[in-house]
Amino acid sequence: MSHILVASDVTKQFGSHTALKNVSLEIPKNSIYGLLGPNGAGKTTLIRIINQITFPDQGAVYFDGELLKSEHIAQIGYLPEERGLYKSMKVGEQALYLAQLKGLSKAEARKRLKYWFERLEIGDWWNKKIQELSKGMAQKIQFVVTVLHEPKLLIFDEPFSGFDPINANIIKEQILSLKENGTSIIFSTHRMESVEELCEYIALIHKSEKILDGKLSDIKRAYKNNIFEIGLETDNQQGLIHEMEDKFHIISQDYDSIENQLNLRVQLPSNQSGEILSFLGSRANVNGFVETIPSANDIFIRTIQNKNIDNE
Amino acid sequence: MNKLPLIIKREYIAKVRNKSFVVMTFLSPILMVGMVLLIAYLTQLNDTEKKVIGVLNESGYFANEFVTTEATSYINFQDITLAQAKDSTMGLGFYGLIYLPDEPNLEQVAQRAFFYSKDAPSATVLNKLEKSITGRLRQERLRELGVSPKEYAEMDRDYTINIETFDGLQNVKGINEIKAIIGGAFGYLIMMFIIIYGGFVMRSVIEEKTSRIIEVIISSVKPFHLMMGKIIGTSLAGITQFGIWIISGAILLFIGLAIFDIDPASLTKGSGMAPGMGNTTNVDVDALTQNIQLYTQEIFELPIFAMLFFFIVYFMLGYLIYSSIYAAIGAAVDNETDTQQFIFPVILPLMLAIYVGFFSVFSNPNGPIAVGFSLFPLTSPIVMLMRLPWGIGEGGVPVWQLIASILILIGTFIGIVWVAAKIYRVGILMYGKKPSYKELYKWLKYSS
Repeated sequence: MSHILVASDVTKQFGSHTALKNVSLEIPKNSIYGLLGPNGAGKTTLIRIINQITFPDQGAVYFDGELLKSEHIAQIGYLPEERGLYKSMKVGEQALYLAQLKGLSKAEARKRLKYWFERLEIGDWWNKKIQELSKGMAQKIQFVVTVLHEPKLLIFDEPFSGFDPINANIIKEQILSLKENGTSIIFSTHRMESVEELCEYIALIHKSEKILDGKLSDIKRAYKNNIFEIGLETDNQQGLIHEMEDKFHIISQDYDSIENQLNLRVQLPSNQSGEILSFLGSRANVNGFVETIPSANDIFIRTIQNKNIDNE
Repeated sequence: MNKLPLIIKREYIAKVRNKSFVVMTFLSPILMVGMVLLIAYLTQLNDTEKKVIGVLNESGYFANEFVTTEATSYINFQDITLAQAKDSTMGLGFYGLIYLPDEPNLEQVAQRAFFYSKDAPSATVLNKLEKSITGRLRQERLRELGVSPKEYAEMDRDYTINIETFDGLQNVKGINEIKAIIGGAFGYLIMMFIIIYGGFVMRSVIEEKTSRIIEVIISSVKPFHLMMGKIIGTSLAGITQFGIWIISGAILLFIGLAIFDIDPASLTKGSGMAPGMGNTTNVDVDALTQNIQLYTQEIFELPIFAMLFFFIVYFMLGYLIYSSIYAAIGAAVDNETDTQQFIFPVILPLMLAIYVGFFSVFSNPNGPIAVGFSLFPLTSPIVMLMRLPWGIGEGGVPVWQLIASILILIGTFIGIVWVAAKIYRVGILMYGKKPSYKELYKWLKYSS
């Protein structure tokens, strides 16, 4: 598979503080790649290196197979977490200026802005000053400015902050449609529910180091610990539990008297569920049988906690 | 792809459209011209108010001393007592009363003479009276020594020393001061421009930081380009403002003078009149015209083109050095109140340059202090311009000093811009507490 961006062994120091330590990443083309990590982990530094705002002390970054160079700026769109616009400048002028800085001609920028403003239904804002707009409105402009030059790689740092749920949804749809059209997207956030919804790949950065990366589905599979949730209907509850405790490891049990259902969480040695299913099939009515899949949030917290324990 | 022109254009337009900039640009000339007109008008008003002074002369002297002039009228009282004279003076609303008693000799008259007035009299009036009496006293004393009034008049004639340069050119008194004022004006202009527009650059950087647009911009352009674009755009706006001021100021002054019918020549005559030129005779007028011609000639002989050329050179280098420092300060802090600590060390050399320039260049344009400060890069743009009216080469600024000063300035310019760009690049992405000098030094060592 070809990659839009490859970072190899990137290290960056600020004085005595190490912001990134031997970080390597491979970001596949036409995917949404979640860059996760707690505050101060080094995500922003990495993103700034990709945007050539700052440069690595060691290691190299390759964009679309080439060593990163200043010409690539026109092919990257960046929505920083700390973002804003010139308050006293008019929306249209400002968008034109920022688009021209990205290398678009004025005429082309105007044409594309018209298209985007119609698409997001903000056409009548053209002659307003930013200070007259609400925060959410300004964020929409900011989003348009980021994607306007149709970059191959888009980097969104907390793109949904400042949006109400309705507008956040509009932006999410736009991000997905950009991905459909072939754009690769790096998505940096600590909001895990949006990671679940959007990201195909993730990397977890913690204390300047990458501690986990890969396809989200693979990671989830790897983080499964073969815990199954089972709902049973039986007349002989105590007997069944005794019998099961000999063979399987029961983590928890409770009885739902309304549904007359026994809910169990069972830890299996592997994800071979055949044995327990055939065992239960002859003894009780199986109403539910589900393998628990860890959420991105669980993985995030667990990995970081494990890492912290390792370090101590 | 060069984005610098784009940045310059935006900075220029943003500055020029700014409301306070527009107000400043169009209001300042009106205010300035208004002030000049007001002062001129008030001066005229003041001059036309005549002071009336009563004279009660009981002595046999001072028959010719108290004669009515343009500014003062003397009214003689006769055959009344001092008390009556005082009452009359008060009743008639005169400025005051000079009383010269009847005494056996002039010395005693002078001793006993009094000036009565409602309020404490002005120094000008007193000086005039004292001068009249002193003159009469001197004349009387000399007469006693056997000097005739005619001889006395001869003796009292003013004297001016003839001055010439070694080349035999006729020279005029005060030309050094005029040169210093012209050089000083250039230096002062540079200082004002640096302080005003350096401040604009700084505020513009802070604005980008507080509005958080900075990271959006520098993901498209290099911080160095942004900094230079800002400096150049702001200075172009400044040059526009100065241009508008000069043109509109000239027009307004012209219109104003026409409306109020004030003769500009009378203003210059009034202010140019040195003390001691009071008793102007025909001979003196001729000498004055001749002097004015000489001054004009001297001013035309100043190296105008060289001065303008070097003004531009020093102005650009000096402004670039200082405004990069201002940009770095703006980048280092989050808000304007935090800038004070950093601004003072920047303004200090500018002030020093102006004062040192005025005091030492006035007296000795080629002295060691003047030379030293015109080589030191943070003061040279101002001090060297103050020295330049004395010419380049022989008698003026040695060519080597000029070259050395410009080379040092260029070297410093490169160094300062390099340092400022580093601080700028790190600072614009730093939020939070105000950095100390130590931290700024640490930023210099960060790799890009």
